[in-house]
Amino acid sequence: MMRHIKFDTHGLQTLFDELIKADYSIIGPRVKQASFGYDTITTTDDLPKGWITEQNSSTFRLRKTDSAAFFGITHSMNGWNRYLYPTQRTLWKAHRKNNGFEIEHVEEQPNPVALFGVRPCDLEGIKKFDRIFLHAAFPDKTYTIRREHAFIVTVNCTQPSGTCFCVSMDTGPKARTGFDLGLTEIIEDGEHYFIAEVGSSSAQEIIKNIPHTTVQEDELGRIQELMERAEKQMGRELDTDNLKEILYRNYEHPHWDTVAERCFTCGNCTLVCPTCFCTTIEDYTDLTGGTGERIRKWDSCYNNEFSYIHGGSVRTSSYARYRHWLMHKLATYQDQFDTPGCVGCGRCITWCPAGIDITEEATAIRKHGKTS
Amino acid sequence: METMIETRNTHNGTIDSLVTQLFRVKRVLNETHDTFTLHLEPENGKDTDFSFKAGQFNMLYMYGFGEIPISISGDPDKPHQLVHTTRAVGSVTKSMRQLKRGHVLGVRGPYGTEWPMDELKGRDVVFVAGGIGLAPLRSAMYQVVTRRELYGKVVLLYGTRTPIDILFRKELERWKSRFDLDIFVTVDRAVGAWRGHVGVVTQLVARAPFDPRNTVTLICGPEVMMRFSIIEFEKRGVTPDRIYVSMERNMKCGIGHCGHCQFGPSFVCKDGPVYRYDKINKLIDIREV
Amino acid sequence: MENLGSILKKHPFFEGLEDNHIDFIVGCAANARFKTGEFLFREGHEANYFFLVREGLVNLEIYSPQKGAITVQSLGEGEIVGWSWIISPYQWRFDARAAEDTRLIALDGKCLRDKCNQDPSLGYELLKRFAPIIEQRLVATKIQLLDLYGNDD
Repeated sequence: MMRHIKFDTHGLQTLFDELIKADYSIIGPRVKQASFGYDTITTTDDLPKGWITEQNSSTFRLRKTDSAAFFGITHSMNGWNRYLYPTQRTLWKAHRKNNGFEIEHVEEQPNPVALFGVRPCDLEGIKKFDRIFLHAAFPDKTYTIRREHAFIVTVNCTQPSGTCFCVSMDTGPKARTGFDLGLTEIIEDGEHYFIAEVGSSSAQEIIKNIPHTTVQEDELGRIQELMERAEKQMGRELDTDNLKEILYRNYEHPHWDTVAERCFTCGNCTLVCPTCFCTTIEDYTDLTGGTGERIRKWDSCYNNEFSYIHGGSVRTSSYARYRHWLMHKLATYQDQFDTPGCVGCGRCITWCPAGIDITEEATAIRKHGKTS
Repeated sequence: METMIETRNTHNGTIDSLVTQLFRVKRVLNETHDTFTLHLEPENGKDTDFSFKAGQFNMLYMYGFGEIPISISGDPDKPHQLVHTTRAVGSVTKSMRQLKRGHVLGVRGPYGTEWPMDELKGRDVVFVAGGIGLAPLRSAMYQVVTRRELYGKVVLLYGTRTPIDILFRKELERWKSRFDLDIFVTVDRAVGAWRGHVGVVTQLVARAPFDPRNTVTLICGPEVMMRFSIIEFEKRGVTPDRIYVSMERNMKCGIGHCGHCQFGPSFVCKDGPVYRYDKINKLIDIREV
Repeated sequence: MENLGSILKKHPFFEGLEDNHIDFIVGCAANARFKTGEFLFREGHEANYFFLVREGLVNLEIYSPQKGAITVQSLGEGEIVGWSWIISPYQWRFDARAAEDTRLIALDGKCLRDKCNQDPSLGYELLKRFAPIIEQRLVATKIQLLDLYGNDD
C-alpha cells in the first residue's frame, strides 16, 4: 500500500486545504515575533520559510536564511506530545451532595488535529507514548481518543540541528513507520518539491485531490543520498552498546557528583523531552466548596516533592534527581517499556542552562565506570 | 503479575481507570490514638463484592482533600466489606478519620502485586510487621489462619512504638491463645505497666521458631526495619528468593502513568508494592534511588 | 532430664569450642531460677556471671529518678544475658529483672575470667563469641533509637 507521490509547493497548499476540509486543525511550525513554536497553520505562508535553528549546549538561535525551504527549521523547544497528552486535563469533577458527592465525567471531545512537520525523532517519541498510554494495561482515555483522531505528517531531516544524535538512537533522520504521510522537502536545480510517502489509509484519502506526479526511482535514490548526508551531520553521538547494563552497574559512581555540582534541578530537560511523561494529579475545590475538580498536570521528577512520602522526599539531592532522570532516559525506560527513553533529539542539551550534555555524561560513566 | 483493573466505572463503553467509584462508610474504628480502620461498602448497595488479593491497595479519595494509597487490611475471603487501616498523618487521612457511617468516599483499585500466598504452602511462614505494616500483612494472616493445615509453622513478629500503639489487640490476643500460631509482640519503648517484650522487632528473628531451610517470610514496615530484618533472616540461612517485602513510594495515579512511584526500573504501584527480595536487593541498598 | 553439659554443648553459642574448654565451662555452670520481678543483677555491681536463658523473659532496665525503672530491652529463650563480666571494669551497666518466671543457666564469670588469664586461647574464643552479641545489641539499640514508627510531626 506504501507508495510515493511528488508534488510542488502548490500541492502542499492543497494538502493543507484537504486536511482542513476533512475537519483537521493543522498544527505546524511557526516563527512569530522571533520566537519559534508550533501553532495553527492554514497556508504555506504561515510556514517558517528560510528559518533555521542553530543549536548547541545551552544555545538556541533562530536565523533567517535565503533558502526557500519551509522545513529548514528542525524542532522547537516543545515536542508534539502535548497535543495527544495535554499539559493539563480535568479528569473528572465531584459535586457535593448530602453526606457525600457525585461524580461528573468530563468527556474528551474528539478534535482532530493534523500534526504537520513532526521530525522522525519526535515521531518515535509519540510511538513510545503509544506504549505507555495506548497499548497498555490501563490505557488513557484522553490519549486514546486524541491519538485515534490525529493525522501525523513527518518531515525527514535533510539539515540536522547542532545537538541532534538521532543516528545513535536509531530514530532518524528518516521516518520509517508510524506516520500518515512522510514528507521529504527537496530544493534542487530550480525545483522545489515534496516527496510524500503514504503511510495510512486516511492519508490515501487525503491525497486523492492533490495534483501530483509519480515518483521516479532516481528521486527515491535522491532521498536516500540526502539522508546519508544528514547522518554524517549529527551534532552529537552516543554509544548505546550495552549502555543500560553499564549504567545499572554504576548507580553510585563518583561521576554523578560532578554532574550534581552543576545541575540546579531546574527541570528544563524534562519539559522539552519527547519521552518524558510524568504527571501529577491535583484537587481543586471552588470557593463554595460545592464542586471539586481532579486535574492532571505535567510534572517533573526534578521537583522536590516528586518523591515525597510521609516523613520526607526520597530524592532530595540534585545528585539523586539528575541520576534518576538520566537512568530513566537511558536505562530504566528500556526495562519499563521495552524501548529506550531517548530519541536523540538533543533538546535537553540545547535547553540545559548549565550546559549539561546527556551524551557526555553517559559517555563519562562508560569510560570511568565499573566494567563488571 | 499483572492485575487487571476493573473499576466497573465505564462511560461510553471505555473503562476510565482514573475515575473513582463511590463507596459508603459502614464503620470507622479507632484502633489507637492515630490509627483507624474504615469498613466500606459500594454506594449503590447492589454491586457485587469487591475482590482483591492480600497485599494490594486502593486509592481512596476524600472530597475536598485528595486521594492517597491505602493498603487493604481486610480478609480477601470476605469481600463484601472493604477494609482499610491507616495512620492519620496528613490532611487527607486526618479528614478520613472524621468520617461517619453513611459518608461517601471514592475508591479506585485494587492495585499492585499481592503477597505470594501460593509460595507459602507447605512451608514455615514468618510475618514481620513494623508499625502500620501490620495492616497489609493482616490480610495474608487471615488467609493462612483460614487454611491453617496448608502451612508449616506460622509465626508473627510484630513491633511497634509503645504498648498504646499496638494494633488489632483483640485479634492478636485471639491468635496468641491458639496452640498452632506463634505470636510475638514487642515495643520499642515500654510505658506504664507493660510486662511484655521490649526491643526492636528485628531482634526477634534470631530466636523465632522456624526452619530456615523451608521458610518464606513476608516483611512490611519502615524501610530501615525491613532492611535490618532481612539481615537477620539471611544470618539464619533464609535465601533472598524466600523473602518478600512491601515497598512504599509516592503514588498519584496507581496505574503506572504518573511516574511518581518509580523505584529504579519498577513502578511500585504495579510492579509492587510486594517484591521478592532477590529482585530488588541491589536497588534497596542504593541511597535515594 | 537433660544435664547442663549436653545443653551447653548443643547451644550455638558454644559451638566449635575445644573439648577441654567446653568441659571447663560446664564446670562453671549451674542452673538458676528467678521468679517474676526478681533481679538477676543490679547496675554498678560486680559482674561475675553471664546467663543463657532456657525459659522465660529477662528485661534490661535503666532506673531514672523521675521515671523509675525503664525497660530498654528484653531477652528471651535461647539468648545470652550479660557481657560485662568479660569487659573491664567488670561492672553491670543495667539492672536485669525477670519479667516472668525464668529458668537460666548461670555461668561463673569470675572463675572463667581467671581461667582466661591463664589460658588466653580460651579468652580469645569467648571474646570472639561475645563480640557479635555486643554488636547485635548495639545495632538493635540504634534502630530502636530511630523511633521508626513515630509520628513525623
